[in-house]
Amino acid sequence: MNIQCNEKPVEIAEEILAKALVELGYQSMCIATAINGEFVPRSMWARTVLSPGDQLEVVAPMQGG
Amino acid sequence: MRVYSTKLRSRFLLGTALYPSPAVMLETIRESQCEVVTVSLRRESGQSRHGQDFWSLIKESGARVLPNTAGCFTAKEAINTAHMAREVFDTKWIKLEVIGENDTLQPDVFGLVEAARVLCSEGFEVFPYTTDDLVVSEKLLDAGCEVLMPWGAPIGSGQGLNNPRALRRLRAHFPNVTLVVDAGVGLPSHAARAMEMGYDAVLLNTAVARAGNPVAMGRAFAMAIESGRLAYESEPMEARNMAAPSTPVLGKALL
Repeated sequence: MNIQCNEKPVEIAEEILAKALVELGYQSMCIATAINGEFVPRSMWARTVLSPGDQLEVVAPMQGG
Repeated sequence: MRVYSTKLRSRFLLGTALYPSPAVMLETIRESQCEVVTVSLRRESGQSRHGQDFWSLIKESGARVLPNTAGCFTAKEAINTAHMAREVFDTKWIKLEVIGENDTLQPDVFGLVEAARVLCSEGFEVFPYTTDDLVVSEKLLDAGCEVLMPWGAPIGSGQGLNNPRALRRLRAHFPNVTLVVDAGVGLPSHAARAMEMGYDAVLLNTAVARAGNPVAMGRAFAMAIESGRLAYESEPMEARNMAAPSTPVLGKALL
């Protein structure tokens, strides 16, 4: 299935968000996610199903002022 | 100083961006004895460890984090970012920024109040980055904010306190609200001035991180902030137009 991850096209085999994140290399990383502009909490990852064309955002801690 | 239910010893809140290296950032945090540092969230790829490494460094510093919503131009974006920050950083604190204009990074106070209302009702402890407008400040307090963070000048400008009269008015009007000057401070004397006015704390980033020697500048700001606070608590004298001799006139020899 083709989705966008941080605005880059990616092809994934897993449709469950928790598994797709592992497939994309995010295993055990401190991150937060949103799909199509809506926050998806970690507690929902195992129950969230991705659809083709979804816009997945994955963010991590960064320097800030 | 108390912010929400948290007691802080240091009145200096420091940003973590723009340092020449992570090691300098860490040393600056330590040397300035800041207890609170601001952080943000940005995209990370599954192949990068940049954010993870940064987070390890911040945890190593022992500082409490205040995540921001920098770069958000709508209340919705800021609310979503706050939710993500709460999950990543495991804190109710959020430095709420809703930017209205790109050149000045002036807060969109309408979006700010809207986002503050939602986030306060959801249990966030909101630190709103706002202007020095008194009515907007009232609305933010009505929304549930217990801290206000008016700008000194545009972010990163180093101009200092552009509107000291308005800042004084805020202090006088809200004697019991925690007030933090956030943004635009360029020199330790600017920070000291804010503290002499009775501001509870100062938040800054660029003035320290972009200094030739960030570690030393961090210490300079820490001293200025402490000095300004001590001056405020010491009840400074009133300024007067005419001279008043400090040496006793009585007893002067007739020569």
